[in-house]
Amino acid sequence: MTSLSASPRGLGGDRTLALLAYTAVTALLLIFMRGFVADGPARLLAPVLFGAFLLSLLFAYQWRAAGWAKTLVFAVGIGFVLPFMGRDNTSYFDLVIQMLIFAALALGLNIVVGLAGLLDLGYIAFFAVGAYLWGVFGSPQLGAVTGNPVFANGVNPNLFWLFIPLGVLAAALVGVLIGLPVLKLKGDYLAIVTLGLGEVVRIFANNLDVTNGPQGITPIESAPVPWLNTLAQNLGFSEDQYRLFFLYFLVLVVIAVVILVNYRLDRSKIGRAWVAIREDEIAAQAMGVPLLRTKLLAFATGASFAGAMGVIFAAKQNFIDPKSFDYFQSIGVLSMVILGGMGNIAGVFLGAVVVTLLNLMVLPTLSEVLQQSFPNLNQNLDPSKYQRLIFGLVLVLMMLYRPEGLLPSARRKAEMHADEPAPDSLVTQNQLEGDTGSEVFSPGLSTMKENDRTGSER
Amino acid sequence: MDLQTVGNILLQVLVGGLSLGVLYAIVALGYTMVYGVLQLINFAHSEVFITGGIIAYLVFSGLQGVAMNGYVKLLLAGLAAMAVSGLLNVLIERLAYRPLRGAQRLVPLITAIGVSLVLQDLLRFLVGLRGQFDLSVPLPQGFANPITSVLGINISVLNLQVKDVILIVVAALMLVGLNLLVNHTRLGRAIRAVAHDRQTSGLMGIDANRIISLTFLIGGALGGLGGVMFAMKYQALNAYSGTVPGLKAFTAAVLGGIGNIPGAVLGGLVLGWLETLLGVISLFGSIPGLAWLGAIKAEYKDIGAFLALILILFLKPAGLLGKATTEKV
Repeated sequence: MTSLSASPRGLGGDRTLALLAYTAVTALLLIFMRGFVADGPARLLAPVLFGAFLLSLLFAYQWRAAGWAKTLVFAVGIGFVLPFMGRDNTSYFDLVIQMLIFAALALGLNIVVGLAGLLDLGYIAFFAVGAYLWGVFGSPQLGAVTGNPVFANGVNPNLFWLFIPLGVLAAALVGVLIGLPVLKLKGDYLAIVTLGLGEVVRIFANNLDVTNGPQGITPIESAPVPWLNTLAQNLGFSEDQYRLFFLYFLVLVVIAVVILVNYRLDRSKIGRAWVAIREDEIAAQAMGVPLLRTKLLAFATGASFAGAMGVIFAAKQNFIDPKSFDYFQSIGVLSMVILGGMGNIAGVFLGAVVVTLLNLMVLPTLSEVLQQSFPNLNQNLDPSKYQRLIFGLVLVLMMLYRPEGLLPSARRKAEMHADEPAPDSLVTQNQLEGDTGSEVFSPGLSTMKENDRTGSER
Repeated sequence: MDLQTVGNILLQVLVGGLSLGVLYAIVALGYTMVYGVLQLINFAHSEVFITGGIIAYLVFSGLQGVAMNGYVKLLLAGLAAMAVSGLLNVLIERLAYRPLRGAQRLVPLITAIGVSLVLQDLLRFLVGLRGQFDLSVPLPQGFANPITSVLGINISVLNLQVKDVILIVVAALMLVGLNLLVNHTRLGRAIRAVAHDRQTSGLMGIDANRIISLTFLIGGALGGLGGVMFAMKYQALNAYSGTVPGLKAFTAAVLGGIGNIPGAVLGGLVLGWLETLLGVISLFGSIPGLAWLGAIKAEYKDIGAFLALILILFLKPAGLLGKATTEKV
């Protein structure tokens, strides 16, 4: 794992050949071993092979290699290997789409936590807003609620395209509504209040008639795309995979937009204002950064990503219920941001992929193998039920041993090693008064002073 | 609905809210004491708390057939839970929080969230080894008996059970004991000194780390006792059921003014009453002119706690009994 932390530029030589060789070997292993790892204890190898292959995409991003080689690896990996595995085994499709959805969520939360330094523990609420928006309108639920037979199967599925931007708007609006009263608070108070508000959204979803309470909503439509279905058919996909085939490419497009927005914001005036607020609110205010407006913008931007992905999630799942949006899902997204490295797009992406892989592939595979080997195994020890353990271990171990994340951003890394030359970085030495002798720094987390209870807008 | 019924409901809310409120208060004390010395929301306290409930389950079900006075069983359960939860809390502080002493505030906070999740699944695993997930707590003989009359006065309208009275009495004893400990002993003075200014208290010869450990021990023991009370009151729990009461207890601590011990008790009581009232408020929908109250489902009572939290932070950020502080630049 040393290559993860090492600077891509510090490695010296060109790695084009190594990249191509690694990608070819892992891709071929993944494809040709797929029959061998399909059942029995050998199944445990499946996540290893898949993870090794996914690592090649990371290397293509990180390593110093020729541009054409990087493009080739991305094109073949995303355009061929992943859909091929998905065609062979639908669960790979499902997993990859889920990874990308979580990556978008993590990138949204990254703006709020990583850039603006506002710890939001109710982030999944915005995801729920998007999911329920399309869930209600794109399913028979709309007919049931309005009593209008025109909507017996929801609105026209083509309106799915309209509901993605609507999901963005609705989530951003909810972000502003939630943000307005709570953004005056700081640090741990903001955390606990956002946690509470996230629960409020879930409790409403669990009790309102519109959301059909704990039974949830099903079946949820997705946009009809006949030409893509024909393409999928010609490529040998089965009919029940058409929807995933479409959503896979849709999610790729959306995530490209999300990354672009993230990247541009990070380097914009707004992005610098967020970082300034994170580092020192009072100094930022003194420099003319409007606190509330800038924070609201961070909240709304982060929320809007979740809203868009919520709409897609509802279409992918075909079924949503309040359980998908409880508090520990918010913590799950947070653990992705923390694992990868706050403030760094590639890091956050890596975190989302690793945590999702652990939760949705490693744990279930482990539990299936265990159940095959020991049919009498106690149901309560089923590893697939221990997702919280993964989230929790990620958070604790990262905070204790590597608070800057697996792939810290350049700015963050410079902060961590303040003694090395770092021309364009802010050196964070502003620790608590009275706390001396500590070596622990956490860039990316707002610095707190004693008695910081509420905002400084007085 | 006549005035008599309204009065009866309100009386039940008063008493039911009291037993819920003191439960929140005991748990809130663990949050508020830790916050006092470390300025950290100890998210793992909700698991320390539910550990006490699981211990109570183990003791009560282990002694189910044994002919023994119910109060002795309760004493055993309480002592075991206080010991285990207190030590667990000390262990958490030692392993997860102490290495982060001096880090920026959100670092230990995120660690605490992580510890809470890890503990949830560890507890689930330990309970799962016995082949269980949802635990149903057998109460000692007579604890669930209704109390119908006191001193010849018929109080059956209060819906009071023996266990409610036990809960209120035990909680009151604990609160008085804690008050004595914090305000009238050397240890209590040391705790207050560390909470006030850790560095200066070090200069005065106080071993801050030891005091912090002891604070975690006391807070954890109170949490464990709260868990026993929770198990007794609801008789059903699992490894995950600490989260929501824990969150509300923290809300209670903030409501009263975090770091403030009487504040935690006041906050717990307010929250207990508010929640119990919201649970039955839809009954008042039959009163003419108040029909809209009928739409408030009992499930929404959880929302009340969080809205109260936002409201109090908005209007009086230091809490009901807290002192306002100004920000130093």
